[in-house]
Amino acid sequence: MADTRSRWPPRWSQVLLWGMGLALVLALPSLVSPFRLNLLGRYLSLAIVALGIDLIWGYTGLLSLGQGIFFALGGYGAAMHLQLNCHSCSRAAGGLPEFFGLYGVQQLPWFWEPFHSPWFTLVAIWLAPALVAGLLGFLVFRNRIKGVYFSILTQAALLVFFNFFNGQQKLINGTNGLKTDLTRLLGMMVGSDAMQRNLFWLTALLALLTWLLCRRLVVGGRFGHALLAIRDDEARLRCLGYNPTPFKTMVFALAGGLAGISGALYTVQSGIVSPQFMAAPFSIEMVIWVAVGGRGTLWGAMAGALVINMAKSLVSEAWPQTWLFIQGGLFLLVVTTLQGGVVGWFQEGGPRRLLARLGWRTRLSTYPALELETGPEGED
Amino acid sequence: MPTPGPGSPLLELAGVSVSFDGFLALKNLNLQLAAGELRAVIGPNGAGKTTFLDVITGKVRPQAGDVYFRGRSLLGRNEHQIARLGVGRKFQSPRVFEQLSVQENLALAVSTPKTPMGLLRRHLTGAQRQRIHHLLEVINLAPRAHHRAGSLSHGQKQWLEIGMLVVQAPRLLLVDEPVAGLSDAETERTADLLRSLAGDHTVLVIEHDMEFIRRLQTRVTVLHQGQVLCEGSMDQVQTDPRVVEVYLGAGQEEQP
Repeated sequence: MADTRSRWPPRWSQVLLWGMGLALVLALPSLVSPFRLNLLGRYLSLAIVALGIDLIWGYTGLLSLGQGIFFALGGYGAAMHLQLNCHSCSRAAGGLPEFFGLYGVQQLPWFWEPFHSPWFTLVAIWLAPALVAGLLGFLVFRNRIKGVYFSILTQAALLVFFNFFNGQQKLINGTNGLKTDLTRLLGMMVGSDAMQRNLFWLTALLALLTWLLCRRLVVGGRFGHALLAIRDDEARLRCLGYNPTPFKTMVFALAGGLAGISGALYTVQSGIVSPQFMAAPFSIEMVIWVAVGGRGTLWGAMAGALVINMAKSLVSEAWPQTWLFIQGGLFLLVVTTLQGGVVGWFQEGGPRRLLARLGWRTRLSTYPALELETGPEGED
Repeated sequence: MPTPGPGSPLLELAGVSVSFDGFLALKNLNLQLAAGELRAVIGPNGAGKTTFLDVITGKVRPQAGDVYFRGRSLLGRNEHQIARLGVGRKFQSPRVFEQLSVQENLALAVSTPKTPMGLLRRHLTGAQRQRIHHLLEVINLAPRAHHRAGSLSHGQKQWLEIGMLVVQAPRLLLVDEPVAGLSDAETERTADLLRSLAGDHTVLVIEHDMEFIRRLQTRVTVLHQGQVLCEGSMDQVQTDPRVVEVYLGAGQEEQP
């Protein structure tokens, strides 16, 4: 982790790997059914919220159990714009989205107005959750609330948002949520196969870009080192002259923005956003994806979200009811033995240790770190 | 910014009292430190040495008294604000960032401004790189620059933390037990390093190791039960009957 900058020119094996990845993403729509592609796209969008959780939890040590808030806010932003552009939907009086008619609402609520604009929507789906996260984070971090108290607060905030959104029929259709499948975007039906294919590619592109952004700008340099320092010894960092509050606020807002992007992509691919996005178990599941994939590795968190969700749908199709047991088992495994997650296990030489334990490979006679010594002057 | 006159002390504690649930850790403590001075503070366990540093660095707020640094009160300021005024601290047991490399630890200490944008947008200047490079040589960790700090030995961590302290170029260095767990040769080197820093910097060292204190060849303050017991050279202090009493426990405790 000392130097994350890649060398230039890149090695051929890297170019080959990236080329194969790109080809796979481009070819997938013709390889799998639209149903499977849609599922893959959804899970790929969940990888983006996992990326944000890795930033705040894996790197900064802030365990948030309320990322569903920001995920749902992004989803609502996208859905509100689409509902306003729902040309094929039946309209209540005044050209309002259909559900308003059910509750006798004649006038569009004020906060819907700017969502007529696609540009505003594109900004709002990440900026609004980022601002909410930034404000919430600032108030919490300024008062030096951390550890388990922070986790409880985020969970409580999640419940507040969940209950509020559930009860607001006249504003956002309450518990029924907002549907997007029958709306139109750029002249295409959002639920159509062609549009879903484009959304899959868009999701893959955004997952790659957000990963690169986090890797290069956030965790690769001294800013990322400061985050690790906050995680490991915040009081020490204070005495070096750092105020941890703006760092934590910034990274929490960034994770909120990533959750918003993730939620918007998830919404347009699943066809609906509802307060269920803010249900407590879902936000806790997000944390499990990151824990199983590997905290503090970025791509481990993303892979965790993708693989666990794929496994969930495949297992549930074959053996309904068993998934919760498997998920619980995975979590126990990570808590008790694989604390670095699967990726962390590989990075720490886990496979070699396992082989040694099984007798297939001899144990190292020296402590592995000593092999890295550059010269005899290391020890006195 | 009002600059204090040449005669005024760099650091002054005036009548500082700290109590933890009724236990008086510091009792009406008065202490002055002149600019460029090297001062050793000793005292038996529980004398209030670490609390005394906590008060200066803003971790503990005193119930009474005031702390002045360069003529300005430090009370009511946060730890990071006090650090930015030029007060650096090395902790009792070495506290370095174990997941970062030696060089990355030093880079965090040397960076300015210490804000998110400062770290994201500005690169280290040539002078800052030079300082890191120089300090790596001084603390003898140049061959280990890219190793994780967690892989260092105890003594090397002590030195890395001293290096982090020096590289931030503070006006006042508060050094808490720098030679605990060091070998004799390392202890000597540390004493020489601290002596060489005095003059340009003001250094306050807390230590139990009397040989080390003697080697510093400087003024010693003895703390006992949260108060200054006496001050003077090592020889004066060691022969002071009150000091002998608190260290060896001769006679009865006169205070309740």
